[in-house]
Amino acid sequence: MSDNYLSSPPGFKSWLTTVDHKRIGVMYLASTLFAFLLGGIFAILIRIELLKPGHNIMTADTYNRVFTLHGVIMIFLFIIPSIPAALGNFVLPLMLGAKDVAFPRLNLASYYIYVAGALLAIAAMVTGAVDTGWTFYTPYSTTTNGSVGMMTLAALILGFSSIFTGINFIATVHKLRAPGMGWFRMPLFVWGLYATAIIQVLATPVIGITLLLIIMERVFSVGIFNPQLGGDPILFQHFFWFYSHPAVYIMILPGMAIISEVIPCFSRKTIFGHKAIAYSSIAIAGVSFLVWGHHMFVSGQSPLASVIFSFLTFLVAIPSGVKVFNWIATMYRGSISLEAPMLYAISFLLLFAIGGLTGLFLGALATDVHLHDTYFVVAHFHFVMMGGTVMAFLAGLHYWWPKMFGRMYSEKWARVSAALIFVGFNVTFLSQFVLGSRGMPRRYYNYLDQFQPLHVFSTVGSWVLALGFLIMAGYLWASLRRPMDAPANPWGAVGLEWQTSSPPPEHNFETVPIVTREPYDYSTPEPAEVRT
Amino acid sequence: MDAHQTAAGTYAKVLGALLALTVTTVLAAGFNFGSWNVVIALGIATIKASLVALFFMHLRHDKPMSAIIFVTGAAMLGVFLTICMLDSDARRDNPVRPAARETVAPALSVPAAPAH
Amino acid sequence: MSTAATPHDEFLQHHFTTAEQQADAGKIGMWLFLVTEILLFGGLFVGFAIMQSRHPEAFLEAHHHLDRILGFINTVVLLTSSYTMVMAVHSARTDRRKRVIVYLLLTLICAGVFLGIKFIEYSDKFHEGLLPGRFYSHKGDTVPGQFMFFSFYFMMTGLHGLHILGGMAVIAWVLRRAVRGDFSHSYYTPVDLVGLYWHLVDLIWIYLFPLLYLIK
Repeated sequence: MSDNYLSSPPGFKSWLTTVDHKRIGVMYLASTLFAFLLGGIFAILIRIELLKPGHNIMTADTYNRVFTLHGVIMIFLFIIPSIPAALGNFVLPLMLGAKDVAFPRLNLASYYIYVAGALLAIAAMVTGAVDTGWTFYTPYSTTTNGSVGMMTLAALILGFSSIFTGINFIATVHKLRAPGMGWFRMPLFVWGLYATAIIQVLATPVIGITLLLIIMERVFSVGIFNPQLGGDPILFQHFFWFYSHPAVYIMILPGMAIISEVIPCFSRKTIFGHKAIAYSSIAIAGVSFLVWGHHMFVSGQSPLASVIFSFLTFLVAIPSGVKVFNWIATMYRGSISLEAPMLYAISFLLLFAIGGLTGLFLGALATDVHLHDTYFVVAHFHFVMMGGTVMAFLAGLHYWWPKMFGRMYSEKWARVSAALIFVGFNVTFLSQFVLGSRGMPRRYYNYLDQFQPLHVFSTVGSWVLALGFLIMAGYLWASLRRPMDAPANPWGAVGLEWQTSSPPPEHNFETVPIVTREPYDYSTPEPAEVRT
Repeated sequence: MDAHQTAAGTYAKVLGALLALTVTTVLAAGFNFGSWNVVIALGIATIKASLVALFFMHLRHDKPMSAIIFVTGAAMLGVFLTICMLDSDARRDNPVRPAARETVAPALSVPAAPAH
Repeated sequence: MSTAATPHDEFLQHHFTTAEQQADAGKIGMWLFLVTEILLFGGLFVGFAIMQSRHPEAFLEAHHHLDRILGFINTVVLLTSSYTMVMAVHSARTDRRKRVIVYLLLTLICAGVFLGIKFIEYSDKFHEGLLPGRFYSHKGDTVPGQFMFFSFYFMMTGLHGLHILGGMAVIAWVLRRAVRGDFSHSYYTPVDLVGLYWHLVDLIWIYLFPLLYLIK
């Protein structure tokens, strides 16, 4: 077996001190998948509890802790780092024809910072109660007992990991492109990661100072958010959402970027509107900073601010719409094949469309008054974050799996899993749109009897979802135990990452690639199994 | 590496200007210009900041990317500040605050310190 | 790529093809980091602005307790340290190793003076009970609510002071490398980038000083 980045350099210790972006990506992948498992277990527990009103398997206080932890883990430990740090770290330098990211040691540092933050978060979970919701609203978060301080400190630390990844990617895209790769010869996955990185750098420090202020309030009672002391709790929400809204675009932009890679490949057709998609990523990043107040329509925010935010929220939907139309246009009259990555990509198109459209109801002031803090919101964000980002993540995982690990997985079981996940997801979350519009509030432990049938339906959906993921874990694990016989380009895709072996050698390319071909140029057909 | 090498003498002149501006702002604060005091103080601070950024931080002669990054960050902060202030001013009479205008020191009215 | 080995080659990392590329990347990276600092401190500035607009009398009254002379001296000290820092970069770029060392040392001394004065100011505040939040114990206030001003005073100057400490540590590291003779006209990036960080710390104080000490 020839040397590749997995086997060379050898030894466990070499992994701990590696500055190889591919190894760091793999470590992030393992960690974020573990976080997904942990967050998923909490989700299953939530849904079991909600099978009937009132007490089922846990007390109300425990329930508050469980949904808080589900949110914190899924958002800070899984979804924000997942695509950029796990897949992005691995693929971005390869796509650019570079040997590594701009700052490899900073890359390793950002991983260790992630681990430190994750461990602190877990410590906070087990040493005390964190039941504030992942949003840490004041005054509850600043006055309640429990390990809120520790958890906010953990989130602060995790934020630095995100910032350093963003800095690294921006510098890499600017300075480490291979000869011949102008900005518009760059793959759209890179554009998406670049736009994401801009948000990571600009927005994350604000959540940093916000979390620090929570700690200051708890320790010193500084007063900024405490109405009894002349402070302003709505100001907390401004601070919090100034990051947390752009954060959701940190979550979706990389996902959209993956879809832009997968759809052309499995339609054997060049992407429709390459420049439009590239620019729309930047546009989304920019406008995303202007809409945070749509989380605060009923908080006591001034009507003036609410109107401004509502209008801008409608604007941000436009570039997303541009992308969806372009992806569909790419598929039109393409030669579609339905391998696992494409199944997830098509799921994404449908589920993200639903998620995005339901955001409009929430962005409109009059309807939001009724829908805010109901299950409609829960369904909306699960459709965009899970139906969107997670589906895209799975598409990317299956697309680049052979490149990363040199093995194929069982296509048959992958399709079974994809079907279960699609069905399970819709059963779980479509029902929640109905629940919400009928008045079921979110984060509620107890509920009126009339909501029970839909809750039961939703919970059964979560079991189907869980089964789909278990099967996925099974066949991916089985894949790792197979011999490393994947070809360099199993999908016949266009892109520099496919011009090196699967898995790549330690230094990425045997010879520095020179870019002459336009991206997504599927006009000259390439056989599916290409020589290494 | 900037192609243009700033002469050492320029740096000394910039320092001189910065010190002079500092004296100016302290003196200006001694007079009562009403609401213009804030404008003058922040205006002088911005001139000083610009001198530091353009000359000491080489933005004047570096490739434009550095300046683009800096300005974007400052602009984002500006957006945040502006909208928060707009909102805060627009709800000054919001009953979130206690009815009495004065605030009480925490030692008297806040419950016991929470564990953190 | 030229065949002759140049002095900077030992500092050229393997994934870069030219030294200029490496230096440019470093500069972009540092400016991005500085922007994160601007937004981090910016949050505190936003909080200060809004609380000040809601409690103008309390903030006005409270800020009289600050010593303008000490604040002015500190501003002068920090501006001077920015000058000595940029002169250190200039010296590195013009191959004057001894001057690099001298200017870096002067910068460290200025930083130390700054912290020393801050220590004096903080001690005064402690003695008078002018402390943040729940620890405020100053007696005889005619205008209530001044604790909020001191919450911000300590948070903002405290965070700033921590950044000065961090800056001193990094400058000391660069100083060590300068003594070792690492820098020349073809490689002085660490001095350059640390300098940028230091100037940002100065920039923040340029705004802190008038806001806290001077504005009515």
